[in-house]
Amino acid sequence: MVTYIIRRILYAIPILIGVNLIVFFLFFVVNSPDQMARKILGEKNITQEDVDNWKKQNGYHLPLFFNTGASGGGHLTETIFFQKAAKLFVFDFGTSDTNNIDITAQISQRMWASLAIALPTFILGLLVNITISMIVAYYRATYVDFWGTIVAVTVMSVSSLFYIIGGQWLFGKMLRLFPISGYDSGANMLKFVILPVVIGIISGIGSGIRFYRTIFLEEVNRDYVRTARAKGVSEAGVLFKHALKNAMIPILTNVVLAIPLLFLGSLVMEAFFAIPGLGSFTIEAIQAQDFAIVRSMVYLGSVLYIAGLLLTDISYTLVDPRIRFG
Amino acid sequence: MLMMLAFFVSCGVPNNPYPKSERNEEIYYSTFPEEPKHFDPAISYSSDEYRFIQQIYEPPLRYHYLKRPYTLIPLTAEAIPQPRYYDARGRQLPSDTPAASVARAVYEIRIRPGIMYQPHPCFAKTESGTLRYHDLEEADVSGFAEIKDFPMTGTRELIADDYVHQIKRMADPRLSCPILSTLADYILGINAYSAAIAKGQNDAPFPGVEVVDRYTYRVILKTKYPQFVYWLAMPFFSPMPKEAIDFYNQPVMKERNITIDRFPVGTGAYRIETLLAHKEIVLVKNENFRVERYPSSGERGDREAGLLDDAWEIVPFIPKVVYKLEKEYIPRWNKFLQGYYDNSSISSDTFDSAIAFGEMGDPSTSEELRAKHIVLRTSVEPTTVYLAFNMLDDTVGGYTPEKQKLRQAISIALDYEEYIEIFRNGRGVVSHSPLPPGIFGYEAGESGINPYLYNWDASTNRPVRKSIEEARQLLAEAGYPGGQDPKGNPLIVSFDNTWTSAGATSQLTWMRNKLEQIGITMESRTTDYNRFRDKVKNGNFQIIYWGWHADYPDAENFLFLLYGPNSKTLHDGENAANYDNPEYNRLFEEMKNMENSPERLARIREMNRLLQRDAPWVFVYHPVNFGLSHQWLKNNKPSSLGGGNFKYLRIDADQRSKNRHVWNKPIVWPLWLCLGLLILGTIPAAITIWKRERGTQ
Repeated sequence: MVTYIIRRILYAIPILIGVNLIVFFLFFVVNSPDQMARKILGEKNITQEDVDNWKKQNGYHLPLFFNTGASGGGHLTETIFFQKAAKLFVFDFGTSDTNNIDITAQISQRMWASLAIALPTFILGLLVNITISMIVAYYRATYVDFWGTIVAVTVMSVSSLFYIIGGQWLFGKMLRLFPISGYDSGANMLKFVILPVVIGIISGIGSGIRFYRTIFLEEVNRDYVRTARAKGVSEAGVLFKHALKNAMIPILTNVVLAIPLLFLGSLVMEAFFAIPGLGSFTIEAIQAQDFAIVRSMVYLGSVLYIAGLLLTDISYTLVDPRIRFG
Repeated sequence: MLMMLAFFVSCGVPNNPYPKSERNEEIYYSTFPEEPKHFDPAISYSSDEYRFIQQIYEPPLRYHYLKRPYTLIPLTAEAIPQPRYYDARGRQLPSDTPAASVARAVYEIRIRPGIMYQPHPCFAKTESGTLRYHDLEEADVSGFAEIKDFPMTGTRELIADDYVHQIKRMADPRLSCPILSTLADYILGINAYSAAIAKGQNDAPFPGVEVVDRYTYRVILKTKYPQFVYWLAMPFFSPMPKEAIDFYNQPVMKERNITIDRFPVGTGAYRIETLLAHKEIVLVKNENFRVERYPSSGERGDREAGLLDDAWEIVPFIPKVVYKLEKEYIPRWNKFLQGYYDNSSISSDTFDSAIAFGEMGDPSTSEELRAKHIVLRTSVEPTTVYLAFNMLDDTVGGYTPEKQKLRQAISIALDYEEYIEIFRNGRGVVSHSPLPPGIFGYEAGESGINPYLYNWDASTNRPVRKSIEEARQLLAEAGYPGGQDPKGNPLIVSFDNTWTSAGATSQLTWMRNKLEQIGITMESRTTDYNRFRDKVKNGNFQIIYWGWHADYPDAENFLFLLYGPNSKTLHDGENAANYDNPEYNRLFEEMKNMENSPERLARIREMNRLLQRDAPWVFVYHPVNFGLSHQWLKNNKPSSLGGGNFKYLRIDADQRSKNRHVWNKPIVWPLWLCLGLLILGTIPAAITIWKRERGTQ
């Protein structure tokens, strides 16, 4: 197992270099350092001299990938790519391009706001989705299954933006039950979190039910379920004890992979509910052409995704004793 | 889930987003749409940032809160400085000396004694009199993240040296001050000083600024530049105590991201209490703020509007200001209607439900808003929006009579009265020149109209746009009868833009249809902003949509947008049309250094006539700002240029609390209804399960 984990970590290194290269390439295909400087310095009264000065102060005066003016290793190290990307591998995200704030500090500060919404939405959503899916699977081929599927397809066909605006309008404006938007820390957080969590669960319920219903239907038609029924196990026992346990692998694949990405937050939800999380942090950086934040967040996302895949593999061994890694 | 909601509501928790402790406090609540990036006055150059730092930093001058047109008055200075002019041999010259003869312009600014800085740890001293926090070790600031983590604070008096220090900071290339290149054209020796700083020579001479005595300093310009006093009203020229910079420059402070760019140190009416730019910014009253009084005069109508009710009262009235980050308009608007924000702008989406127009076209609030006693205030922005023709382009550019007529024909066809009604909900004043109302040189009435595009209707006292027939005639005279060149090829013009929003298609269609009326085909080239900016810089366009918001209320700050040596393509300036008319350039050079006078007005008129004839721009409109505020917010007057105005606002907290209570009573019954239906719905399912388990089904 340890060997397997080490091997997977070593595999991650070239993947992360590749991700860095792609992000770097894509960013600078769209934006040149001059354009970044002009965007960050503002539109008014900016001259090329101001632009050149900003680039020099922020390390964007170097060539992108290859420095013909340097000698030896400097050809590669005295470049924007090396200077900006190398530190990421030791998780030194540096400071933002727009206002020199410490990116690591921002991530650790904003991560909790993202988690405050994403974690309860994820856990409660999972419980709701699995419970309803099992009920629908229990009533398979009846009107409950039929209408359950129709409702699920309808719910998943509607944009999440509709649920957000509709939820704010209904619960916040018309019924006046919750603040329409905002965020606070400590105990005051609760009243701000409930509405986005409820909306998050409702907007995800359609696809969740469809996915888990399919898994459960596959399980309830297997031989071991027939055997359990033949032995007189109740239908609820079949579903909750036997089918649920055997459906854990696809559920885990879906769940464990999603856990690390919860840290990155939701772009739309955070914007509409004024939640100061990492989702809004990323989208603001893209809009402001802040390369330092963009590359840091993409890198972090890649690391978390790789970690998620590794965790998924490890979790398989916990639910299925037959699985062993060599 | 419903049970959770029901439980939550039954606990009596309302939709009030603020803590109970703030319920009856005189706190001003408002919003900001984007995180401010810089609070360092040497770097900040955005209205999103100015709304905060102008409450904290105090340049020597400011604009009168109530008077319009905008009027400069002293803030920390004792008087508006009057420049002294000298020739190259050092002899003093009279004030009306032509700019060409002036070798030095000296501004001597005397500040008022007794102005104190806000309480701040950078001034805190030990019992022995040394600065307490200026030699910090790691252990001294363990766990510190904000200025308020420092237990001790101090203060000191504002002195002239603080202003000189700030001007020197603007010259520091490491700070990337956005107006450094502009200042380099005027302040004596700033370029050389900047170059020396870049080489690490921190004690290099800077002849352009000097301290005269404790309360007086001089700024020396290398030319006559009457507009310099306006710069003295901008935060760039605020004082910066050396103690603050030394305090923030310590390595342990930088490591903690505690910088002057986040935590300002000023003498203004407010100081920053909480800075969580990704969530909220809280300002509280500066305990050391001097005695200052509410203005006793304003413009016509201010007294009737209640804006002088607090004349001579000591300001500030509000002890605390809370700004929340709200990126999306819809939640912001709904919270304003619920009484949780004290003021709001109006988006196009909500305009029809918020504003009604009377028979004379005068705007007022809708029935719904009137019922809540919401107040509407409008003001014309010191902004000009225009379409720029690329004067370097072979087709739409050039200065021959034919090219002038082509651009005039296009200008007539694009009916911007109609555009403002359809796309701006009437929130704009059609422009006839670059100058908006309120700026010296702007003329209303017949004398101010663009005679190439409008006729004056004496019966209604209004300008009337020339007909499409006249536009077609001009186009024919330009060599494009029916929109075709002599070879029969259709005239196609391209419009470069970055319009990707939902309403962009309809605006482009409108433009296309308008030009088709005279036979011109418009090709829209929509692109991202970076590409667009490159095209403008390289002169690779025919027509673009552009705008300018004034730095200061002077004709020079608008008319320089068409001064030849400011060409965007040729000289990297702000003249996006690349217009270069020698006569206009000559008049601009004369006008820019003149005091407002009949002679200056005559030159501005002449320049406007040249622009109207040459038509390098399609003059589009000057935006009109529609601002809403609740009845409990007093003394609220919109101001696009003046800052530091929070101190004049007053809140009736009792009235606000009562209204919030009435407007936000929760409605719970639908939840109980849903819960009941859910329980009823589960009964048949439970029966079915029970029957299945018993094998009866």
